Amino acid sequence: MAKRIEASGISAYYGNFKAIDNINLTVEPKSVTALIGPSGCGKSTFLRSINRMHEVLPNARVEGSMTIDGQNIYHKDVDVTAVRRLIGMVFQRPNPFPTMSIYDNVVAGLRLSGVRRKSALDDACEKALRAANLWNEVHTRLSRPGAGLSGGQQQRLCIARTIAVEPQVVLMDEPCSALDPISTLAIEDLITELKTQYTIVIVTHNMQQAARVSDRTAFFSIEKTGDPGRLIEYDDTAKIFTNPSVKKTEDYITGRFG
Amino acid sequence: MTAAVAFANPSLRARRLPKWAPGAVGAGSVALSFLLFYVGGLLGGGLTLTVIAALVLFVIAISIVSRAIEGPRAARNRVVTTLIYAACVVAAVPLVEVVYTLIHKGLERFDVTFFTHSNRNITAFDSQGGAYHAIVGTLQQAGIATLISVPLGILGAIYIVEYGRGRLASTIRFFVDVMTGIPSIVAGLFILSFWVLVVSPHFSATGLPSFSGFAAALALSVLMLPTVTRSTEEMLRLVPDSLREGSYALGIAKWKTIVKIVLPTATTGIVTGVMLAVARACGETAPVLLVAGANDSINFNPFKGSQDSLATYIYKQASLASPYGPPRAWTAALTLVALVLILTVAAKLIARRNKLK
Repeated sequence: MAKRIEASGISAYYGNFKAIDNINLTVEPKSVTALIGPSGCGKSTFLRSINRMHEVLPNARVEGSMTIDGQNIYHKDVDVTAVRRLIGMVFQRPNPFPTMSIYDNVVAGLRLSGVRRKSALDDACEKALRAANLWNEVHTRLSRPGAGLSGGQQQRLCIARTIAVEPQVVLMDEPCSALDPISTLAIEDLITELKTQYTIVIVTHNMQQAARVSDRTAFFSIEKTGDPGRLIEYDDTAKIFTNPSVKKTEDYITGRFG
Repeated sequence: MTAAVAFANPSLRARRLPKWAPGAVGAGSVALSFLLFYVGGLLGGGLTLTVIAALVLFVIAISIVSRAIEGPRAARNRVVTTLIYAACVVAAVPLVEVVYTLIHKGLERFDVTFFTHSNRNITAFDSQGGAYHAIVGTLQQAGIATLISVPLGILGAIYIVEYGRGRLASTIRFFVDVMTGIPSIVAGLFILSFWVLVVSPHFSATGLPSFSGFAAALALSVLMLPTVTRSTEEMLRLVPDSLREGSYALGIAKWKTIVKIVLPTATTGIVTGVMLAVARACGETAPVLLVAGANDSINFNPFKGSQDSLATYIYKQASLASPYGPPRAWTAALTLVALVLILTVAAKLIARRNKLK
């Protein structure tokens, strides 16, 4: 099910400001790829360009091509909603829909894209909540508001919501930055489990986390404020963290810069 | 004074006035003021002066006492606290007075006849008469105006917040702001010259212009539209972008995100804004008088013939040269306030019922 993502010559702009410049990167299917780098280096922007969420912001645009199994998602005839159904996203802060129950939150993606059958929704809800390791905690109170859960549970609810639509790729934008260590551990375990079915790209500021969960790591950086972010090095996680080939990567990882 | 408890660090202990002190100072100022101004008749005396003098005396006394015992910071705190409470009471006085007067005077004609009969053929010498026709008129006019302005206003706000980019959206936004300040008589004149004089002759059998409740509803919707748009716009802006993004990321189309995620999140606030607009429309007199005329009889058809509303009924009865007019006006005013209150409570209950527990 999982798909390969190939970015070639991706540049992203906010108005006249160029946020990332000419990124070329291939993400392998059924793997976890971590994007690391200092603040403002464009890793989140790049992540958001993978499922065309970047262009949601006013005056934001992307140049270059992003192909999923050979299909360029920036082709003019491509349906944006279909792209996003294929490539789900989990955000930095848990954002369950406040007017919806836990159940409604999980099936929102399916229901609002036309799935009506109750049994199909029930099955999808249970499957997604089990996959997100949340079923045991919430199955007795599915009709309670999703916003009433703890932060870590809310984030797993958002992950369940994302995988309920059965995407092929899951993008995660610092999914643990608002969570405590125990919730973080739960999410990391979950990422390792999800890897067997999905292609995962995760942005993180926590280098131990990148080392723990990812197979491949991409290091982004900027020369100085106002410059666009660039991809400095992209390699196996083990290699990046033990024997990086670029001096700048080594400086960042050892804490001498950024 | 309470006995000194053992304190690890004496400098940390606050020196406070005992709890009964402000009350005692207050009682003292009131007593002094009462003696000097109300009984003694200083500066002309009178109740108002006594109350004001008591407040001033209290502020002076409490600041002196507090400064002596608690220090200057605590004294300033007590003075400002007193002033804030006083301002709150002053702001509430007219409100309480209005409600009291309304109920007190409105109950005189609060009877069955008033709510079941119109004012048809009621002369200055008749004590009966009612406002049934005016209640019907207000409900129909405000109802139609709501049906017109709420969908338009909400859709307009959705355009401004969710779709509008650049010049057009900011221009519309500017004119909505300008429209909020339109005097109601101008809206009435606009509908009079446009609808009543130009359009309505085409719909009447005689070819003559005619007043109608619908014309009043149009004028009211002109007044309601900017209020609804503006308040809905503010509420939509309060919905965090993270919810919209969360929805887009699930592959949900934009319009569906707006209908199913954004609007439900903003419902409570939108309902409040709509009810403010409805309340304003129910109370408008001038435009209704201009375009719906005045009619003491029951007219159930808002599209044909003149129609009263509670507001115009109040206006006419209050200025009637008859001892029976003003009591009718008071009862109609009480009815109008009660009607708006009931509508607001009902709307809030409906909005709350949709919320999760």
